[in-house]
Amino acid sequence: MRSPTVNPPHSSENVMNRIDALFTRLRSQGRRALMPFLTAGDPELEATAALIGEMVTRGADMVELGIPYSDPIADGPVIAESYTRALRTGIKLASIFAMVERLRSSERVEAPIVTMVSYAIVHRHGVTAYLDRAVSSGVDGLIVPDLPVEEAADLCRLATARNLSLIQLVTPTTPRDRALKIIASTTGFLYYVSVAGITGERRELPPELADNVAWLRSQTKLPVCIGFGISGPDQIRQLAPVADGLIVGSALVRRLRGAAERPRAEVVGEIGGFVEELARALTLT
Amino acid sequence: MPAPATSPASTALPDALGRFGAFGGRFVPETLMDALNVLAGAYAEAQADPAFRAKLQDYYANYVGRPSPLYFAERLSKLVGGADIYLKREDLNHTGAHKINNAIGQVLIAQRMGKTRVIAETGAGQHGVATATACALTGLECTIYMGEEDIRRQKLNVFNMRTMGATVVPVTTGSRTLRDATNEAMRDWMGSSEQTHYTIGSVVGPHPFPMIVRDFQSIIGQETREQSLARLGRLPDAVVACVGGGSNAAGMFYPFINDDEVALIGAEAGGRGPNSGDHASSLTQGRPGVLHGSFSYVLQDDDGQTDDVHSISAGLDYPGVGPEHSYWKDCGRVRYESITDAEALDAYHVLARREGILPALESSHAVAQAMKEAPALGAGKVLVVCLSGRGDKDAYEIARLRGEPMG
Ligand SMILES: Cc1ncc(COP(=O)(O)O)c(C=O)c1O
Repeated sequence: MRSPTVNPPHSSENVMNRIDALFTRLRSQGRRALMPFLTAGDPELEATAALIGEMVTRGADMVELGIPYSDPIADGPVIAESYTRALRTGIKLASIFAMVERLRSSERVEAPIVTMVSYAIVHRHGVTAYLDRAVSSGVDGLIVPDLPVEEAADLCRLATARNLSLIQLVTPTTPRDRALKIIASTTGFLYYVSVAGITGERRELPPELADNVAWLRSQTKLPVCIGFGISGPDQIRQLAPVADGLIVGSALVRRLRGAAERPRAEVVGEIGGFVEELARALTLT
Repeated sequence: MPAPATSPASTALPDALGRFGAFGGRFVPETLMDALNVLAGAYAEAQADPAFRAKLQDYYANYVGRPSPLYFAERLSKLVGGADIYLKREDLNHTGAHKINNAIGQVLIAQRMGKTRVIAETGAGQHGVATATACALTGLECTIYMGEEDIRRQKLNVFNMRTMGATVVPVTTGSRTLRDATNEAMRDWMGSSEQTHYTIGSVVGPHPFPMIVRDFQSIIGQETREQSLARLGRLPDAVVACVGGGSNAAGMFYPFINDDEVALIGAEAGGRGPNSGDHASSLTQGRPGVLHGSFSYVLQDDDGQTDDVHSISAGLDYPGVGPEHSYWKDCGRVRYESITDAEALDAYHVLARREGILPALESSHAVAQAMKEAPALGAGKVLVVCLSGRGDKDAYEIARLRGEPMG
């Protein structure tokens, strides 16, 4: 066990984490956050950097960056295939963090960036090594979708000590007493998974979704964001009134199929256009 | 030679979090946590219910054909020299392998829980066949995930699963083997757990699966113990089993864990050799990490990505291993060794010619390990091999490898 009083290399105690700052600002403006998800390295890492810059310019409030993993059990075919494409380029975690660092320093991208990463990867690198590098590169939080609350105590403590958010998930299968435990060890925002199942677009979202999110919001001051299954502007309009933010993954990643064979600018422009459409749907509600 | 135990292995594990020492646990999406908690509760209730145990016993005796014989392989022992080699004949079970011990147990639990559908992953197809069998027996709907490469290698089992009414879904992602089939089964369960039970086929995955599968497979070791005491008046000196995910080995070893005088040896798939990608020796060449919901030895690169693996036997072609084996390895209670494709194939032919028994390629790894252990143990000693399954399913692949395809 490490001492809980670690002195994190890059924490600045009085600086608000970018995620907390974002939601404070959005709430005061009565706005919701748009959070697109992208796989780092699909079609390749330079394109990811360009895509992040473009998405932020065109209305993304935060970016969820998927760290490609060989065996993602929570992901449907669209994101799983995207991970496979990225891994085929030989991508490594170190180069992903270096890309984020570059975005922060030379591109001046200021939107919060959150990594979605399997615990298999965090463990292999070492929890403290992973967190330290996340902080030094300018990452603001992490989602570890295969680390349930029972196993998350150490990671939560070490992340908090570094002013990094540990975003945890509540799902339609989570009993309410369990949801309260998850809330208690979550920082940044609570991620509500809209459907019981894997990632992927859904034509219909469950009717009890709004009630479940409303209940969660009655239990915590944390922002509650909805992800999984959101496919486009219609669902954004439907869900915006009940949540603090919306996460769009597969619908965007699907548009990157075959992107390696197309001109970069065209791909970036198309994704930017899609994000703008989503952002417009969000602000018009 | 067996390493001296560094700390005694406990049989009172896993703990409430599903840990065997440092290993095990639950590294799965939140979506599955409730299903796992409900399963753990239902399993404890079933085990405490004499009616459930009686029903399982009845199936074991009158459907599976248990107890399986403990056979003295005299001509094999003579050929090899040294210890007397006995075979625990799991190959004589209904459906031809140990997998049925677990499949029937879990499908009965699924039925008790009111589930209408069962899913499973399979590598060699033996667990798929066993699950399809248990579903036909209970009237539950059955879907089996199987890698395309394994479908090619294990045609007979695919045919038999479909004949019994199971849907076999070919998995085309990744290496198209057991690991990918496991991913697909877990993805299915993410969205279906309300009406579906996932009958995992080995002592792997998140808690409570490693415990449940070990418990159901422990009938192998319990019988071996009793048969050995009744026949020989003592326990064996050594027990050998092959290790893929590790279920036949866990079932064989667990009842002997507290018998310090019994050496326990697991044989992993050494494939074509020690280079990464050429073998599936998670315990002897891997390191602790996370795969498929559990913390255990795994073959993984420095970035946490799962390595490609290889074995001649589809049932051992897996980059992970059950967490209790990792615990036994680190305690020093079980010694794990690696057997190459060539050694396994050789053992397959030796057993065929010497004993008139065609072992599964998985089990051939255990036979090959036993052929190394017996001379070292010496005359007058007793060595038991878990012959986990029969080789019918492998006939096509072995014919192909010999260059005499059966068409
Ligand atoms: C006959 C036989 N033995 C062994 C195995 C390996 O599994 P385990 O290590 O779980 O016993 C298999 C798996 O398919 C098998 O069919």
